[in-house]
Amino acid sequence: MYYSRLKLASVLGVCLLGLLLCLPNGIRKPSSLSIPWRQIHLGLDLRGGSYLLMQVDLPSLTHDRLQTLSENMRDILLQNHLGYQDFRIDADNATVSFLPRSAEETQAGLKALETLPRLSAAEFTVVRQDNGRIALTLSPESIATHAREAVTQSIEIVRRRIDGTGAIDPEITRQGDDRIVVELPGISDPERIKALLGTTAKMSFRLIDANPLHTTYPPTGVQLLSMANPADGPALPVYDHVDVDGADLTNAAATLDPKNNEWAVSFAFNSVGARAFASVTQANVGQRFAIVLDNKIIEAPVIRTPITGGDGQITGGFTAQKATDLALMLRAGALPAPLSVVEQRSIGPSLGADSIRAGMISLGVGFALVVAFMVLFYGRFGWYADIALLANLVLMAAILSLFEATLTLPGMAGMLLTLGMAVDANILINERIREEVARGRTPLAAMQAGFERATSTIVDSNATALLAHVMLFVFGTGPVRGFALTITIGIVTTLFTTLLLSRILMARWYALTRPTSLPV
Amino acid sequence: MLGRPLLRFVRKDTHINFMRGRYMGLLVSAVLSLASLILFIHPGLTLGLDFKGGIVVEAKTPTPADFSALRAALAARGLPHASIQSFGAPDDVLIRLDAGNSKETQAVVDTVRHTVADALPGTTILRADAVGASVSAELFRNGMLALGISLAMILVYIWVRFEWEFALSAVVTLILDLTKTVGFLVLTGFEFDLVMVAAILTILGYSTNDKVVVYDRVRENLRKYRTMPLIELINLSINETLNRTLGTSSTVFLAALPLALWGGTTLSGFAWTMLFGIVVGTSSSIFIAAPLLLFMGEGRLKRGAKTGTATAS
Repeated sequence: MYYSRLKLASVLGVCLLGLLLCLPNGIRKPSSLSIPWRQIHLGLDLRGGSYLLMQVDLPSLTHDRLQTLSENMRDILLQNHLGYQDFRIDADNATVSFLPRSAEETQAGLKALETLPRLSAAEFTVVRQDNGRIALTLSPESIATHAREAVTQSIEIVRRRIDGTGAIDPEITRQGDDRIVVELPGISDPERIKALLGTTAKMSFRLIDANPLHTTYPPTGVQLLSMANPADGPALPVYDHVDVDGADLTNAAATLDPKNNEWAVSFAFNSVGARAFASVTQANVGQRFAIVLDNKIIEAPVIRTPITGGDGQITGGFTAQKATDLALMLRAGALPAPLSVVEQRSIGPSLGADSIRAGMISLGVGFALVVAFMVLFYGRFGWYADIALLANLVLMAAILSLFEATLTLPGMAGMLLTLGMAVDANILINERIREEVARGRTPLAAMQAGFERATSTIVDSNATALLAHVMLFVFGTGPVRGFALTITIGIVTTLFTTLLLSRILMARWYALTRPTSLPV
Repeated sequence: MLGRPLLRFVRKDTHINFMRGRYMGLLVSAVLSLASLILFIHPGLTLGLDFKGGIVVEAKTPTPADFSALRAALAARGLPHASIQSFGAPDDVLIRLDAGNSKETQAVVDTVRHTVADALPGTTILRADAVGASVSAELFRNGMLALGISLAMILVYIWVRFEWEFALSAVVTLILDLTKTVGFLVLTGFEFDLVMVAAILTILGYSTNDKVVVYDRVRENLRKYRTMPLIELINLSINETLNRTLGTSSTVFLAALPLALWGGTTLSGFAWTMLFGIVVGTSSSIFIAAPLLLFMGEGRLKRGAKTGTATAS
């Protein structure tokens, strides 16, 4: 029953600190101050904006990798004068396999393929299958490592692309093994961002097979690729071999070609790219080469003179927006694997403002109703419970500010329910005191017994609630997490305000007035 | 001002014989839960966007919306199956489409947006959501997982803190509560989505809390009155905690009420479900959990002081 001055001072101190921590939400930061200014963030549902859940296409990543490996295998087999047929890529089983020209060449083939460059000893295995084929299989660990790196790299590229659009405060986070969450406050129509992130932007410069027969039946190592703009003509046979890669670009910008007033993207190669481009163009004057973006030909010009300067220009009938976005994507780099949107939620600013208003009205009315109930049913001790309730609200806001947490509409609902549940502890204490008074105890003994007996019940009931909401936070997504977060914080602040603050208020009142009967 | 309480629910010498109605209570509960199960099978829950996948676009038109023009415009863009309805005001339009494959779903949401903007100039898009089928299946799995794990944790927690008879009767009661809430959702047609799962988990948490308080008193009285028949003892415990049970139910109810009235489309369904759950959870503490404890615990529950703990006087 007795609380030292120190304890009283520290409890009040915590409440004041809470009030102080809430201040940054209400007033602007004075420019002369250099203290941290932490605020509650408003969720997308309250301020408007878009949420995109993107999935990294990991199977296609494995497929690309197997494609590269199969090219390396073919090179090695050719160098060793070994024949092969029927190269097959099976991305589901992470396998690339072929049939040796004859059974006698199987051992020689296996031996030759031992020289395949590998990142680590366990990257893949090469074995002879029962059906006579030689198969290379990627190890699951190597697939997993590669996938992890690809997602990390994708996040970095997504960030660069979004930063390039000038979006304010974008949040880009990883979710699970193969998902990326993109949150864009203030952008309620994410169509442009979706297009920007949905393009892999793998650019390559490759030669075109001049043999006219190959436009219908392309041989191994040549692929028919269609034009990005179908009006530019039919599909063309393009060599699989990449002469210069988009990764060798150092810069790209949208430019307006003064000659014909058309938008173009001009680019510059790094030294490796410049050298490679110079040698290819020198050796193939008079031939056509293709600028390929995501397996579509943007442009297929004829090489008139060797290009040695290390820069160039792509024209493909672009609009200003298209040219700007392509330049942005080339600067930011290609995604290691295609990204696709699997979930999108966008909220307009007016709905957000409505939600804030609805939430605030509900919070205000709910608070007032609970306050009135406590006073009507518990009198003086009800007032103390209400003071604790106000402190509870302040402390919840303070903790949310301190962690710069995001407040959502369900989060506001969580705060409201916390208010309803918070007075439960006070009700338990007060009812217990009443019972003890009815049994004829003195005021002091009744209050003491009330506090003691109620504490274990309060801890029990709050522990179950805490369990349920931590579960919600761990397994929930989106709106549910915000709700669980505020309730979890609310349970902690409730334990503080009811077990300490309202109890101290009651004890102080008793110590100051020494009443002969209790107002219960 | 208002130093002394003006109101209270029941007088301190209240002795209502709740246990007399134990068979009736269980019967009514069983019938309601059975009816809810039938409703759950047919017509079943209305799944929300989170769990069903698809597209929802909410728009505000400058004049009362011209539905037939909008329907024709959407059909012209290859979306004849779009469901168009108004909600709230006549200038609020809600357009829904079922989920196709993931890529389509994401492209179609932009088509809908453009179509609405072209067909009814001056329209503001309030919200545009698109959830792919794979994601919705995953969200559903996670939601059910959260529900299952919470129930299991509550069972273990009460078991550790009390005895198994308490834990089992609490969890059985919670499952009965849960089925009635499902029945409520079917009858009202509220959409079952992630926010609803949050509501159900909150109801479970609240209902558990309510039962723990009554059980706590039963345990205390078991130590105090060693010879009192269990039926009388449970009755006494319920009566002693009645003011608290009604008091806390009221404050939670009052806190959730404004949300139901003014919470807007997103939260009012959530809040009404909460209100229903509070009423069900409170009554089940008295009429279901207590009789179940009586049936399971008769002649089994330990009496007298726990070893090492002082007896309450």
